[in-house]
Parts: sequence; structure tokens; C-alpha cells
Amino acid sequence: MLQLNQIHKTFYPNTPDERQALVDLHQELLGGDVVTIIGSNGAGKSTLLNTIAGSIVPDEGDVVIDGNDVTRLSEQKRASYIGRVFQDPKAGTAPGMTIEENMMISLGRTKRRSLFRGVTKQLRQQFREHLATLEIGLENRLNTKVGLLSGGERQALSLLMATFTEPKILLLDEHTAALDPSKEELILRLTRDLVERHQLTTVMVTHQMEQAIAFGNRLWMMDEGKVIFEANDEVKQDLTVEDLLDQFQAIRGKKMANDRALLTK
Amino acid sequence: MLQALYGAVESGLIYALMALGVYISFRLLDFPDLTVDGSFVTGGAVTSVMVINGIDPFTATLAGAAVGFIVGCITGILHTKGHINPLLAGILMMVALYSINLRIMGQPNIPLLNETTVFTVVENWWQTLNLQGIVMAPFEALGIAAYVPSSLDVLVAATILMIIVKKLLDFFLRTEAGTTLRATGDNQTMVRSFSANTNVYIVVGMGVSNMLVAFSGSMVVQHNGFADINLGVGMIIIGLASVIIGEVLFSFGSDKIVRTTLAVILGAIVYRMIYAVALQVDFLEASDMKLITALIVVAALVVPNWLGQTNAKQQYKKSKANAAKQKASQIETEGERGHVTAQSDS
Repeated sequence: MLQLNQIHKTFYPNTPDERQALVDLHQELLGGDVVTIIGSNGAGKSTLLNTIAGSIVPDEGDVVIDGNDVTRLSEQKRASYIGRVFQDPKAGTAPGMTIEENMMISLGRTKRRSLFRGVTKQLRQQFREHLATLEIGLENRLNTKVGLLSGGERQALSLLMATFTEPKILLLDEHTAALDPSKEELILRLTRDLVERHQLTTVMVTHQMEQAIAFGNRLWMMDEGKVIFEANDEVKQDLTVEDLLDQFQAIRGKKMANDRALLTK
Repeated sequence: MLQALYGAVESGLIYALMALGVYISFRLLDFPDLTVDGSFVTGGAVTSVMVINGIDPFTATLAGAAVGFIVGCITGILHTKGHINPLLAGILMMVALYSINLRIMGQPNIPLLNETTVFTVVENWWQTLNLQGIVMAPFEALGIAAYVPSSLDVLVAATILMIIVKKLLDFFLRTEAGTTLRATGDNQTMVRSFSANTNVYIVVGMGVSNMLVAFSGSMVVQHNGFADINLGVGMIIIGLASVIIGEVLFSFGSDKIVRTTLAVILGAIVYRMIYAVALQVDFLEASDMKLITALIVVAALVVPNWLGQTNAKQQYKKSKANAAKQKASQIETEGERGHVTAQSDS
């Protein structure tokens, strides 16, 4: 479903600030795979996600989604394959517009936007049904401005908007990091539900090791632009946070430099 | 005085087209577009030149609006493709259009007094249909004929035009494309992440905005009976004042599109009324109006901030007072508890 072929990305090349963000990254995800990515700050997690999404163009290598080489496709064209939830709950929705209008915009991801009436009765019913699956009462607030929702509600809506049109790839960029613990749990549960329901191929970046182990069927640990450790299916099930930290130390000969990861282990 | 106010409503309806244009760029696209000062005149210039060359005034008006659309698109392209700051892109267009407008007009002033304009055509229709008599009959029966506007035909025609434009705009802004256009001004990153080309929406949005502005300029020129190169000076501020007045007075807390476009139109009319009153007052001159307009906009931008700050201050004080109270009561209860334990000890 998603192929990353020999991807290289260097920031600020030929300057004192030169930094290799991705080094010869070669990975493949099959349809329905759910991978969680952990790593220190600056390990290249976000760069990888942005490379898949198209906001960063790799220096070398290519990105193939569902058999289509999308490396040279602009961010917005590529977005027709990709659903994305950002860390900031404010980033994924338009605050000045109503819930139904926001959902209508997300509907346009897969088709051309027309000059016909946007939110029709029929669509409204559909939206209501989808919103009802979140079980947080948004289905009765279709005409509420999204800016008036709480952070958790907004993130739940972003999540729904990114998933209900069934993108080929779902990108989650630490999408629970900005929420308080109770909301974090809710969003994680909703993510699991939605990913399962739509059988989405998912890439999730997280800073919480427990979350990374509990979620999905694959795990990548990244450092200095490379995937240094992988765990699939059975191996991943038996993994513990200590295992991961030990692995990191064994491979890199140093402690994982991520305060947040350590604090939240 | 009364007739002056009718006149204000009349021109308010025409200027409302421009206010709607400013509303699209300023509010919906979050693009402070100064092209308006130029494109307003461009619309008027194109129309007036066509009219004095004997072209049908309706065609001429449409042509004016169409040129406005192109001009707006260019501003949009300067910003999206040229990565020029919106404010600067608008100023550049405004300056460039001054020369272009002069080229179009060939002279700084074109009188249209004896030409066929949309207004003279409407007047002729009105007379041939003999509507004046029919409409006036009830007023005459009531004996209030003197209070009826003298140019009822223009007022009716302008109202009908405004209703049509408003309905079209309301419809457009709620289509799939229109909704996405509004979202572009709200959260561009989000719109892009749903596979919409925000650049196209900005360019087309700016086009529609300046089309309305040029349409307004073209109508104003025909209404005034002359086109002038300096007609557009400060137009953007007038548009902004109309939008703000409308939002403050007529939106009643709702920001549904249908309500807001109506509020903007009414705001433009109220602005013209203020203008008319200012003209009647002795110590004010017509030229003071630009200052008054600027003051209205400044007040509208600053006062809500002040109110917000004082509100925040009050809330802060309140919460502080509450916290202090809570602390006091806590100490009290703790003191009692200490007292009780002391007693039980003894």
C-alpha cells in the first residue's frame, strides 16, 4: 500500500547546520498495516510523516502509494490519497465554520468540488450517522461553529474527517499529545475504532512508548534518520517499554534522548 | 432632508455591491485587499468609455464587472504565485491601476450627463409601463405623496438588483466550492490537507470580490453622471466601514452567510445615511467624510479590544477575589480543625 524507496533528505545542505533527517530509508506497508513510530527528538519521525504527506520533498528516493508514484505530486494533489490528523487540534478543522461545513470540505478530498449546494439534506443525515459513532454528542450540534468545541471534541472531529472518506493512508502526527489524559484516552479509542472499521493503512507517530506498543501491528524505532529497530505482530505483542529502552541502548550505545518518552513510559 | 435620505438609500444600495466585495476579501479570505481603490475606478472607467462610444449600457456595465474580475485575479496571482504579501500585492495593483485607468479613460474626467445609462433606460421603462401612477395612487390617497422618494424608479431597480446579487452570492458561498473558499480564509492548512488547491480559491475569490467592486464602480459612475480618476480614493476604507457597521448593527450575533450579506448591505446603506447627514450639518464638509470614515473604522477595530481587555481584567479580579475567599475559608476550617484536635489532645 505504501512503499518508501531509498529516501534521503538533508536539511540545509552544505552549511554548518547541515542535518541528515532521513538516511536511505526503505520501508513498505501492506494494506491494513498499522505502524507506530517512536524515537528521540530529531530522529526523523516528523520528517518521514511530512515526506509521505508531501510537505517535504525528498532529495532522493520515491514514495509510492497504492502503486502510484506520488513523489513529485504536490501536497494538495497527494492529499486525495491521504487522511491526516495533526498534533494541534486547531490545525485539522476550520474554526469559523460549522461542523457540517467542515465535514463537507473533507468530503471533497476524493472528488472535484462542484458549484452545487454544499450541505444537502441527504449529506446532513450521513454526517449525523458518522458523528454518532464518536458517541460524544456532536451529531446534535451540526450547526455549531467548530471554534466553540473543546480541544478533545475538535480532535475527535478531525479524526473523523480524516478517516470517514477512507483514505489509502492515514497519518497521525502525535495526535493525542496536546490533550489532557482523559481526552487522550478517548481519542485513542476512537482512533482504534475508526482504523478498524475502515481497515486503514496507518502511520502513527507517538512519543508514548506504551501507546506505541499497544497500538497497531507494527512498530518502528527511529534514530538519526533511520529505522533502527522493527517489531512486527507477535514480537510486538510481547514487547515492554524496558525492552525498547534496552534495545535502543544496545543498538546505539546511548540512552534514548527523549525526556517526554522517559517521563511517560 | 427626507429626499436626501432616500438618495442615501439609493446610493447605499449601489455601494453595497462594493461592500460585499470587500466583505469577501477582508472577512472570508482574510486578505486585506487594497486593489479596491483601483478596481472601483476601473469598472467605472471601462463602462463610461463604452457608454460614450454608444455601446448598450448593460453590456458596458457587465464589461466593467468582467474587467474587475480579471484585475482581482491578478492581485490573487501576485500573492499566491508571486508570494507577495497581500497588503503589498493590493497596493501594487492599486498604483498600477491608476495609470491603467487613466489610459482607459484618456482623460481624468468623463461626463456622462446626456448619455444613455442603465438608469436612463430604467427611467424610460418606468414611464412607458406607467408604473409611477399605479405606485403613487395609494400614497396619494393617504395624502403622503410628498414623502415618497422622487426617484422611486431608481430605488426599486436598485433594490431588485441588490436582492438578485445577494441571492446569487448566498448561493455561491454555500456551494461546495463556496464553502471551501470560506474555509480557505479560515484555515488554509486544513483545506490543503483535504486536497483543495487553496491558490485557485484565493485567485477566484479575489476575482469575484473585485468583480463586485468594479460592478459597483460602474453603477456609481452612471448614477453620478460622470467618471473621475480619483473616485476610488479611500474606497477600501468605506467598504470596510460598511462591513463593520453592518456587522455591529444588523448581524444580531448570527454569522450565518445569509444574515451577514444582508448586514453588509444594510451597513452600506447606513454609511451613506451618515454621509448624507454629515453633508447637511454646517460645520462639516464633504471632504471631512474620509476622516469620519477612518475614525469609524478605527473605533470599530479598537473598541472591541478595549471592551475585551476590561472584561478580561474584571474576570481576573473576580477570580482572584474568589481564590482569596476560598483560601480564607480554608484557613478558617483548618483553624477549627486544629482547635478540635487540640481539644481532643487535652
